[in-house]
Amino acid sequence: MKPLKQASVIPGFGLTMGFTLVYLSLIVLIPLSLLFFKASGLGWKSFWEAIASPRVMASYRLSFGSSLAGALINGGFGLIVAWVLVRYEFPGKGIVDTLVDLPFALPTAVAGIALTTVYAPNGSIGKLLGAVGIKAAFTPLGVVIALTFIGLPFVVRTVQPVLEALDRDVEEAAVCLGATRWQTFTKVILPAIFPALLTGMTSAFARAVGEYGSVVFISGNIPMKTEITPLLIITKLEQYDYAGAAAIAVTMLMVSFVLLFGISFFQKMEPV
Amino acid sequence: MIFSNEPQTVHITERRPVRILLTAVALGFLALFLAVPLVTILSNAFSKGLAAYGAAIAEPDARAAIRLTLMAAAIAVPANLIFGVAASWTIAKFDFFGKTFLMTLIDLPFTVSPVISGLIFVLLFGAQGLLGPWLAKYDIKILFAIPGIVLATIFVTFPYVARELIPLMQVQGNDQEEAALTLGAGGWRTFRHITLPNIKWGLLYGVILLNARAMGEFGAVSVVSGHIRGMTNTIPLHVEILYNNYNFVGAFAMASILALLALVTLIAKTYVERKSKA
Repeated sequence: MKPLKQASVIPGFGLTMGFTLVYLSLIVLIPLSLLFFKASGLGWKSFWEAIASPRVMASYRLSFGSSLAGALINGGFGLIVAWVLVRYEFPGKGIVDTLVDLPFALPTAVAGIALTTVYAPNGSIGKLLGAVGIKAAFTPLGVVIALTFIGLPFVVRTVQPVLEALDRDVEEAAVCLGATRWQTFTKVILPAIFPALLTGMTSAFARAVGEYGSVVFISGNIPMKTEITPLLIITKLEQYDYAGAAAIAVTMLMVSFVLLFGISFFQKMEPV
Repeated sequence: MIFSNEPQTVHITERRPVRILLTAVALGFLALFLAVPLVTILSNAFSKGLAAYGAAIAEPDARAAIRLTLMAAAIAVPANLIFGVAASWTIAKFDFFGKTFLMTLIDLPFTVSPVISGLIFVLLFGAQGLLGPWLAKYDIKILFAIPGIVLATIFVTFPYVARELIPLMQVQGNDQEEAALTLGAGGWRTFRHITLPNIKWGLLYGVILLNARAMGEFGAVSVVSGHIRGMTNTIPLHVEILYNNYNFVGAFAMASILALLALVTLIAKTYVERKSKA
């Protein structure tokens, strides 16, 4: 039988493993398991009522719908950004490349108030949109804008390294065999970067579904219209409905696990 | 790379108009979503002049928020740094049953919505929570107090260092450590003189990202803080309060501190990335 741990001359296994398990349990596992404990206290009927009431259902539609829209927008534009950063030279490219990670570094609340100010009816871009009759802030479109912002680096950062590692001889071979540039892209390049693109889009989607700070300002939080699911957890908490909050949280957590599984599946598709 | 003197192979590429169009689309997209909001933060912060900006930052509640944010980060960063090093030592240096599962568990906080990260501590320490009655009996305040904010911050930043170090240490292997141990160095000495110099850039990278998140976290902290002005408000929470009170200069002044932190983070991150590749 294989031993639980292989023998090694390196010291410190007991100490570091012990510390890791204790710290992990105290900070993450025990608090997180309470969620399931609390939600299970509800019983099936109340659990279902908590996670499927019309207001909560409306929030799923908005959260998942706008997260999907954000992921698709990032899939398209993120691919173009990654392409331009890898293949072309232009002045200020280094700065642009660094700036792509801004949504990871900028606190979500700051992003939230900045996006709201920009896209509000009297904001710099909101005014232009208003002139053509589009309302962005305080509508589902505002939610999509915030979630596009928050997911922006994911696609760029997953596609970029794959594009860099791509062997360009293959493209030249395709051209020699008579392919047009567009055919080379769709038949040779796209299949190679597609798993990375899917990984990036799923990661952006997963992040967007749980996002709170950047959305709550621009969404306006109108019940049944622009309330995202994380906001409803907070609403339940404010009404001291802890079990109801836990029930919605468990549902969201399950969705996250499915997405995580999807991400690891797409990553396995990537050519190493 | 851009300025290399080596002969470059000329590759086939798109036609010039296509290249210009794609570059314009990419830059336009980034300007719309990144540059315009960033400029908006600064222009709003200084919209009433330098004096108003200074007054907004020097105000007592603002100073209390800055202190609390620094304090939360000062606890969360070392705590998760020590954990990250211990966890990656255990995972990268040894072979044991259930390793992949352990790595998945460590990554869990990244998959949880910030709001849920706050919620779990309410369920644990709240008045109706598991430990609530016991804490009330001994008059210990965790929720709606500083310990709750620190705990929520530690939770959301939990994986940062471990996640950077594990792959790095796995690639580096155990050969150097084994040589040092064979030559008679103790475990601690081996770690300090062999492992630490090898992982320092990765460690720093993790700490930079960890610190940025710790100082900027909003959702999780918002749930556990109770929003008591001057007491349990971090900078992001103070931004929210000022903004909701239509004090836009104040909100954007506080936000500009965090935006500056984000820019410093990005520059430091780029620097460390270059260093670690060199």
